[in-house]
Amino acid sequence: MDKLELQKIAVGVRKGIVTAVHAAKAGHPGGSLSAADIFTYLYFKEMNIDPKNPKDPDRDRFVLSKGHTAPGLYSAMANRGYFPVEDLTTLRKLGSKLQGHPNMNDIDGIDMSSGSLGQGLSAADGMALAAKLDGKSYRVYCLCGDGEIQEGQIWEAAMFAGAKKLDNLCLIVDNNNLQIDGTIEEVCSPYPIDKKFEAFNFHVINIDGNDFDQIEKAFDEARTVKGKPTCIVAKTVKGKGVSFMENNVSWHGTAPNDEQYEVAMADLDKIEEGLK
Amino acid sequence: MSEEVKKVATRQSYGEALAELGDQYPDLVVLDADLANATKTGIFRKKFPQRHIDCGIAEANMTGIAAGLATCGKIPFISSFAMFASGRNFEQVRNSIGYPHLNVKIGATHAGITVGEDGASHQCFEDLALMRTIPGMTVVCPSDDVETKAAVKAALDMQGPFYMRTSRAASPVINDNPDYKFELGKGIQLKDGKDITIVACGVEVNYSLEAAKMLEQDGVSVRVINIHTIKPLDEDIILKAASETGKIFTVEEATVIGGLGSAVAELTAEKHPAEVHKLGMQDVFGESGSWAALLEKYELDGNGIYNQIKKML
Repeated sequence: MDKLELQKIAVGVRKGIVTAVHAAKAGHPGGSLSAADIFTYLYFKEMNIDPKNPKDPDRDRFVLSKGHTAPGLYSAMANRGYFPVEDLTTLRKLGSKLQGHPNMNDIDGIDMSSGSLGQGLSAADGMALAAKLDGKSYRVYCLCGDGEIQEGQIWEAAMFAGAKKLDNLCLIVDNNNLQIDGTIEEVCSPYPIDKKFEAFNFHVINIDGNDFDQIEKAFDEARTVKGKPTCIVAKTVKGKGVSFMENNVSWHGTAPNDEQYEVAMADLDKIEEGLK
Repeated sequence: MSEEVKKVATRQSYGEALAELGDQYPDLVVLDADLANATKTGIFRKKFPQRHIDCGIAEANMTGIAAGLATCGKIPFISSFAMFASGRNFEQVRNSIGYPHLNVKIGATHAGITVGEDGASHQCFEDLALMRTIPGMTVVCPSDDVETKAAVKAALDMQGPFYMRTSRAASPVINDNPDYKFELGKGIQLKDGKDITIVACGVEVNYSLEAAKMLEQDGVSVRVINIHTIKPLDEDIILKAASETGKIFTVEEATVIGGLGSAVAELTAEKHPAEVHKLGMQDVFGESGSWAALLEKYELDGNGIYNQIKKML
């Protein structure tokens, strides 16, 4: 799959995010949009997965540690064929399998329930360890927020992954620089993120997380690393693709109203036009 | 008293059970947080070094790792002192194990006042209460060596989250008889009686038997129930006792808020109102001392239970 195709799919994933959050009148568009290219790459190119066989014991695993960006995960999965794209409008509604935060028992293909920040990397460690114990070759991917890594458990999990040489584990930090109370520096700076993970014995790759060339190169490199887990620090734009949401912290956890929804979809249409 | 009663700490039984069952359950993996010698998972490590994972002093992470292992078909038993396994870890257990209903077993050792010398910071009284609130969590507190081993096997044979609290202190083996049968959620009536019922768990089962013996000498007919499973609670055996003996005394080396006593009081209040007295730690922290001295001070040994019940009769 080439870059243009991935870019087109990513627009569809972003439209799904905006549509879902608009329909729910709640949810987290900002961090879903910043990571939309990573979701797209993982689900359409990187991971060894099959929507028709979502419980294949040999599949690659994905843990969305920053579970509040479920709209991004759901949209990527729907577009990949795990469930109908139309279901995205049921997000957060009573009786929907699209819970506010991902629940593995509601949707086949979600590998771990998540949402309470800081816990996902530990679960990913466990999955990577299981592969090692069983001599299996599947890989485990985990997406964290840059604000999320303020949680101490992330560093317990990072220490474990480094110490146990879990080279089948790839962590991606969505470094969009914004969290609810402001920029991550204003709140409690985790920088330098790369140096910290290096100190925890990770192989670290810094990239522009909204550039498919760099995303591809990073994941390819990660697969060649032996004896160490990889951390991809993905510099991204929060709200990426929707003009009024970009780099604006107020869109962390707010849904667009009808008017804003139209503007957002028009923004994404324009991007789609540019890809023809 | 018979001369030579065999005494074993239930944490020892726990470690031995894991090692004994390791061959039969190839998916069993054991995780510890730098306490393998104290929690006795070191016994398993000796036999199955590849399947014992020391996570270091990081209980929250250990809990999440177990969740991840369980999603891949492993049956992890995670071990630490009850204070950390249930207290420090509560939200991890709730969200990473309880909510997805993963097949993770928690072997919590060093529960209750019998932790002894380490004092209040390490004496966990709250675990039964905390774990009981998590939907789908099975909560067990075995009374002796035989029961602990049976409980570990039962945990491996069931699907879903399981919490077991064991104790540091050596306690007499009371279930070593051919009729003994362990079934999750089924209490065991150890002694019949008409006037009152004592419902106890863990090390307090044996002390309750001692107290019952003394009460019988005073002419009080005492029924004693070993309620090894706190959740799901054996409603039938409790309600039968409530209707047949009226008064119920619960005994646990845990806080009387939210644990066994509360479970029994909640049940009887709804289905067969009875007088329920909750013996245990009365909304206080513990302190340092030998476990025997502490049980005496807090009136949770045989004499203490006897004295408390006498006052309330």
